[in-house]
Amino acid sequence: MSGLAKTSVARKVVMALSGLFLVLFLLLHVTINLTSVISPDTFNTMSHFMGYNPLVQFLMQPILIAGVIVHFVMGIILEIQNKKARTVRYVKYAGGANAPWVSRNMILTGLVVLAFLGLHFYDFWIHEMNYKFVQANPEDPTRYYAETVEKFEPMWRTLIYVVSFVLLALHLWHGFASSFQSMGINNKYSSGIRSFTRLYAIVVPLLFIFIALYHHLNPITH
Amino acid sequence: MGILDSKVPSGPLADKWTKHKNDIDLVNPANKRNIDIIMVGTGLAGASAAATLAELGYNVKTFCYQDSPRRAHSIAAQGGINAAKNYQGDGDSPYRLFYDTIKGGDYRSREANVYRLAEESVNIIDQCVAQGVPFAREYGGLLDNRSFGGVLVSRTFYAKGQTGQQLLLGAYAAMNRQINRGKITSYTRHEMLDVVLVDGKARGIIARDLITGEIERHAAHAVVIASGGYGNVFYLSTNAMGSNVTAAWRVHKRGAFFANPCFTQIHPTCIPVSGDHQSKLTLMSESLRNDGRIWVPAKAEDAQAIREGKLKPTKIPEADRDYFLERRYPAFGNLVPRDVASRAAKERCDAGFGVNKTGEAVYLDFAAAIQRYGSEKALTSGIKDPDQETITKLGEEVVEAKYGNLFQMYEKIVDENPYKTPMMIYPAVHYTMGGLWVDYNLQTTIPGCFCTGEANFSDHGANRLGASALMQGLADGYFVLPYTIGDYLSDDIRTGPISTESEAFDKAEAEVRANLEKLLNAKGAHPVDYYHKKLGKIMWNKCGMSRNATELKEAIEEISALRADFYENVRIPGGLNEMNTELEKAGRVADFLELGELFAKDALERNESCGGHFREEYQTPEGEALRDDKNFRYVAAWEYKGAPKDAKLHKEDLVFENVELKTRSYK
Amino acid sequence: MKLLLKIWRQKDGSSKGKLVDYPIDHIEGDMSFLEMLDVLNQELIEKGDEPVVFDHDCREGICGTCSLMINGEPHGPDRLITTCQLHMRRFNDGDTIVIEPFRATAFPVLKDLMVDRSAFDRIQQAGGYISVNTSGNTVDANAIPIDKHHADESFEAASCIGCGACVAACKNASAMLFTAAKVSQFALLPQGKVEAIDRVQNMVRQMDLEGFGNCTNTGACEVECPKGISLENIARMNREYLMATVKG
Repeated sequence: MSGLAKTSVARKVVMALSGLFLVLFLLLHVTINLTSVISPDTFNTMSHFMGYNPLVQFLMQPILIAGVIVHFVMGIILEIQNKKARTVRYVKYAGGANAPWVSRNMILTGLVVLAFLGLHFYDFWIHEMNYKFVQANPEDPTRYYAETVEKFEPMWRTLIYVVSFVLLALHLWHGFASSFQSMGINNKYSSGIRSFTRLYAIVVPLLFIFIALYHHLNPITH
Repeated sequence: MGILDSKVPSGPLADKWTKHKNDIDLVNPANKRNIDIIMVGTGLAGASAAATLAELGYNVKTFCYQDSPRRAHSIAAQGGINAAKNYQGDGDSPYRLFYDTIKGGDYRSREANVYRLAEESVNIIDQCVAQGVPFAREYGGLLDNRSFGGVLVSRTFYAKGQTGQQLLLGAYAAMNRQINRGKITSYTRHEMLDVVLVDGKARGIIARDLITGEIERHAAHAVVIASGGYGNVFYLSTNAMGSNVTAAWRVHKRGAFFANPCFTQIHPTCIPVSGDHQSKLTLMSESLRNDGRIWVPAKAEDAQAIREGKLKPTKIPEADRDYFLERRYPAFGNLVPRDVASRAAKERCDAGFGVNKTGEAVYLDFAAAIQRYGSEKALTSGIKDPDQETITKLGEEVVEAKYGNLFQMYEKIVDENPYKTPMMIYPAVHYTMGGLWVDYNLQTTIPGCFCTGEANFSDHGANRLGASALMQGLADGYFVLPYTIGDYLSDDIRTGPISTESEAFDKAEAEVRANLEKLLNAKGAHPVDYYHKKLGKIMWNKCGMSRNATELKEAIEEISALRADFYENVRIPGGLNEMNTELEKAGRVADFLELGELFAKDALERNESCGGHFREEYQTPEGEALRDDKNFRYVAAWEYKGAPKDAKLHKEDLVFENVELKTRSYK
Repeated sequence: MKLLLKIWRQKDGSSKGKLVDYPIDHIEGDMSFLEMLDVLNQELIEKGDEPVVFDHDCREGICGTCSLMINGEPHGPDRLITTCQLHMRRFNDGDTIVIEPFRATAFPVLKDLMVDRSAFDRIQQAGGYISVNTSGNTVDANAIPIDKHHADESFEAASCIGCGACVAACKNASAMLFTAAKVSQFALLPQGKVEAIDRVQNMVRQMDLEGFGNCTNTGACEVECPKGISLENIARMNREYLMATVKG
């Protein structure tokens, strides 16, 4: 990564590529999650596959984690460098006059999403690791649906999810389209790309929110 | 000839330059590495010369008062650059360009220099294209041309209304390449305050670092002045705020003759003055006269009503408009040379037909062009029977594509939409043809001190044609000076490095310091601008577009008195050893206060009208300029003798072997 | 009109600065912003104070010398103009105007509102040129036809005046638009393609060395650029850089 990140242009590209990768992952994630609303069985099957398939577990998962780390570590490095590039701040700075709020606050929206990821990891990934490796429980392809729905029982967690996904939407609103510019794509197709990325930035987080609210409002009655 | 030797080579006009290049001494590449050259000014002339000299192997130090060489005022040239490429196949040739320039200059320039300029013009375009200057092109991918005043062919190359910018950035890029190679050291925010003569030769300069205020010594084997023109002697001009005569004037005071100081170009198409606060005038490119028609109301009462805001120009019917350039000069119409157009506008305004609040403005109207282009565009776009609205819309689009940036600039300043209501324009000081006297090698009367670009007097005579200043700057810089300077430097290959630890440097530095301290110690009541504005008023009113003996004599007295008052009563806050922008200005205004007087003296001495110099006593019954070739066919080169009034006149007779001197007629 | 100016005063590069209040009266709408400052300076000098130092030269929007952050925006609230082209009719009687220097670590303040933008020169020196000799012995200017569309785009990029508004506006003080404009100008011309790889790498390296921030595609530079230089140029530079990395 150090070689890739030598110049500002390379750093942009790294941000763009890791970001695009995460965008793709989101699509996969939301698709699987959606099945939890439509068909608990499908959800269980897919979750089980993701949880036990060695390719997913030992290749894709590390890549994903690396992608997340690269994206946020680089984001923080960039932020530090950018702060250093202007050590004396403006007394009056009309940032809103020439650039949208979302584009100027990627670090804020990003950090919130990162904090959310912490919770999310705690909720699911740590739980899974604990279940599978620490406690060494046997495989149970039917447990996922119930576990997931249960998570959304408390109001506070659902709320955190909703807020985080709103911020994710803001992050994507700028970041997704911006990644094309970073990779040097700005041409006659760009307005089309921008429309698509903005639609994506709204629809995907909305689906996540919908799923969270759906499970919150439809708890499993024992 | 007296003591002025122009060193023009013998032989036929077309062969002189080639022959000269073959005859002059060269410095071999190894020796060039031991020779230092100082370049003062980094506009087109300075930057291009610095780049080529460094490329040849000389060690070059460049100096500019701006924070970057790229900001020199060449950057503001809008319209274009001439070159006798004949790409349009309209019969152009170096000879025709030479002839137009000589005639345009009203036969007050040197034939051999002008021919060389025309000859080299073609190389400039090749050179600039190779450097990546993005000139305007046609759809076929070849270079486009437009037409400028005073000529009957299309030979002007352009990059929208920003030709000067593109050419300067090209020269700046060439300089950057040499800076990167370590062959040029660039001193920015530095101002040259004196030239240092060792044994009668220019061997260095005294400069002030404008950030720290420190006074520095720089030595070299030759010094080149490329510091631009002195139009700011009028306070209001199209020059940059910092443009000044200081480098040239200090060289003049050390022995370089100053030639034809009164030859000033008043550009016809500038945005009129709006009030006392005005700090500069903005040019509207001459290229606008390709499509704009200049007029004033034919009836004095209409003009009056307009001035009072009771009548709109668009309401005046065609029959009541006076297209005075088309009326007076049917052959060239709106594209007469600048001096002619300016005087005609002044004549109408003086007669009471001026149009803005001050009565000092005429219209430049694009309505006809919009209609013409609109109809053409409708035809080529296949629109049948277009209505008036469509034609206007299409026409406005064409005009916007051609002059959009100029129209936008106008609207910002005047707050009126020039697509809908005619532009108002008035002449303003734009360029100075006069400058340091140089010979064919561009050397001043001080050995080792050269001068190029607007700072010298050489190529434009009494009036410069549009798109010729860029041509001169680059031709001299890229292709002339780097070779002719070798003839002088070939004697210096054994000299070795020049030391700054000498009596001559001590003395020059002490004098510079004393001058600055004198200004700082005045502790008077008025800021520098107060004096500059006063000087400008005297110059504009008495040495401006038309001059007469009585007023010129008054001007000499008034400027002299103003100068005395300036040294007594100027107020400059701050000190010497720090950044002090008022002190910088004061030094420049002090020099303008001397130059202005010499200017008036030169104008008073020249009892004829030629080019930009119009003496009311010398005009034809129709009000056209009346030249006197018998008595004034010379370059007036002034030698400094203490005060401007004591300056001594030397004459370089102008010999015309190849063109017949005619009355300049654009009728 | 009557205004309250809050102007950044700073003695020199090593001193600390602060905003100082200057009430000013009798300002006319036809004055340019810099002419308004001229009026203030004349008053200050007559009172025996030091005038406010600010960069300015051509006063017609082309030399790129004038700067100024006016109420938080480089070159003030209007678009596609420089400070010298901003006129006072844009403001209202009684307005307060905050005037600061362009701020970036790579643009250190020299005095008051004047900053050092020589970092831009050094970026250009690193490769902002085509390496041809100025001998005049080049091919005929019309020997290589250039697609008008590309020539025009190249011109648009080349129209950068190097004022630094892009850096001043950018929340990261990034100089990408400036650097990209020069890279683009040459990348679009056949003459410039020859040394395209070295050029983009060297210029980007120098840009980073100067301490400018990273581009996060906020687009503020494009909005504030007095010459309207497009973000497409940054994309083009990114592309050129990627190609250079692959090929080089």
